[in-house]
Amino acid sequence: MKGFRYLMDVVTLQLDQAACIGCGRCVEVCPHQVFSLAEKKASLRDRDACMECGACALNCPVKAITVDAGVGCASGMINEWLRERKLRAPGGNCCS
Amino acid sequence: MSEKVPGFLGWMQTPAGRVPRISTELGFSDHLGAWKARWGIGRMAYMVPPGLYALGNPAASDPVVVTANYKMSYDIVRRTLAGRNVWLLVLETYGINVWCAAGKGTFGTGEVVRRVSSSRLAQVVSHRRLLLPILGAPGVSAHEVARRSGFSVSYATIRAADLPEYLDNGMVSAPAMRELTFTFYERLVLIPVEVVLALKSVAVIGGVALLLVAALGDLAAGLSAFCAYLGAVLAGIVLGPLLLPWLPGRSFALKGAAAGLLWSSVFYLLAGTTWNIWVTAAIFLALPAVSAFYTLNFTGCSPFTSRSGVKKEMAIALPAMGGALLMGVALLLAGRFL
Repeated sequence: MKGFRYLMDVVTLQLDQAACIGCGRCVEVCPHQVFSLAEKKASLRDRDACMECGACALNCPVKAITVDAGVGCASGMINEWLRERKLRAPGGNCCS
Repeated sequence: MSEKVPGFLGWMQTPAGRVPRISTELGFSDHLGAWKARWGIGRMAYMVPPGLYALGNPAASDPVVVTANYKMSYDIVRRTLAGRNVWLLVLETYGINVWCAAGKGTFGTGEVVRRVSSSRLAQVVSHRRLLLPILGAPGVSAHEVARRSGFSVSYATIRAADLPEYLDNGMVSAPAMRELTFTFYERLVLIPVEVVLALKSVAVIGGVALLLVAALGDLAAGLSAFCAYLGAVLAGIVLGPLLLPWLPGRSFALKGAAAGLLWSSVFYLLAGTTWNIWVTAAIFLALPAVSAFYTLNFTGCSPFTSRSGVKKEMAIALPAMGGALLMGVALLLAGRFL
């Protein structure tokens, strides 16, 4: 994304190029232009731009992409952490 | 579906029954409703009935645009499609916008398939293609929708505003339509609700800080501590997000600390003449920690931060913030009793 950059070398995105059939869905759904397509194979053009939304993995028809996707807000994760330790009642989230 | 749907113009007869035709112009109540939702007033109940709507006078060959049933999403989409003949398929996302609902899975494969079936879309249109917002893709599996409903999915654009150009472009996305932005205005509109959501904890923590300092010193010192805290919160919620691209570092906590440092300096210039070294050090430690927490929280609103990144940041930043706060309090006490 122009003008913005988050932390380097943290994302969990993985692409199995051998399994890729070159359909181009990942290129279509990624709002950060992480993928590029050449000669019927996708590749990771800009892995650090990934925000782990999971759109590519869910839309890959051959499951060639994996990513640990999920809610990425601090308060949501603190609440999640507190709930796991039974320190907070269930329910209540940042954007729910 | 009844005549009470927002923007209702009349009924349109289709082979699958009647469909509400809705206006592409927003009225005063629509603008007021959007403003209220931005300030968190009635935001969780700001929704329209899910189902099929008609914009203009769509025929069987006209495109189907899919959106969420958050009323602001519905309003933005219908207004941007003024002067066109389009079917609007509204999914049940319980009043949540496309992006957040996709993250939760309510703007999802199952709901698309369900809504296509319950609206009997296959009888209304002659083609088999759905146009989805790109930010809905984290919840929808296009090949699964195709397999289960017979409709193919095209992820059209990120912003509704690009839909007219997309339709004129022969339903092909130009690169800019697929590229996220996070402009000053796009950040600005997210801030009011963040301020409102923080009010409760600010009242509690600020009140405690006021009483504590008032008990140690005097009421004036208590009020001063409250102002310092409130300013630090606002620096983290308002200043951090607004100045996001210009604040140093990539970490949101670091950016927030910088915003808090700005506020500490302003506060020092306003009220610092009476401070001793202990108080000054405490202020410059504790206030940036408070701001850092709130700006770190803005990762939940930003469209480019990853879960793994936020996790990493939290592991480092939360202990640092806690440490800075404790040090600040210790310094205040030391200055008072040493």
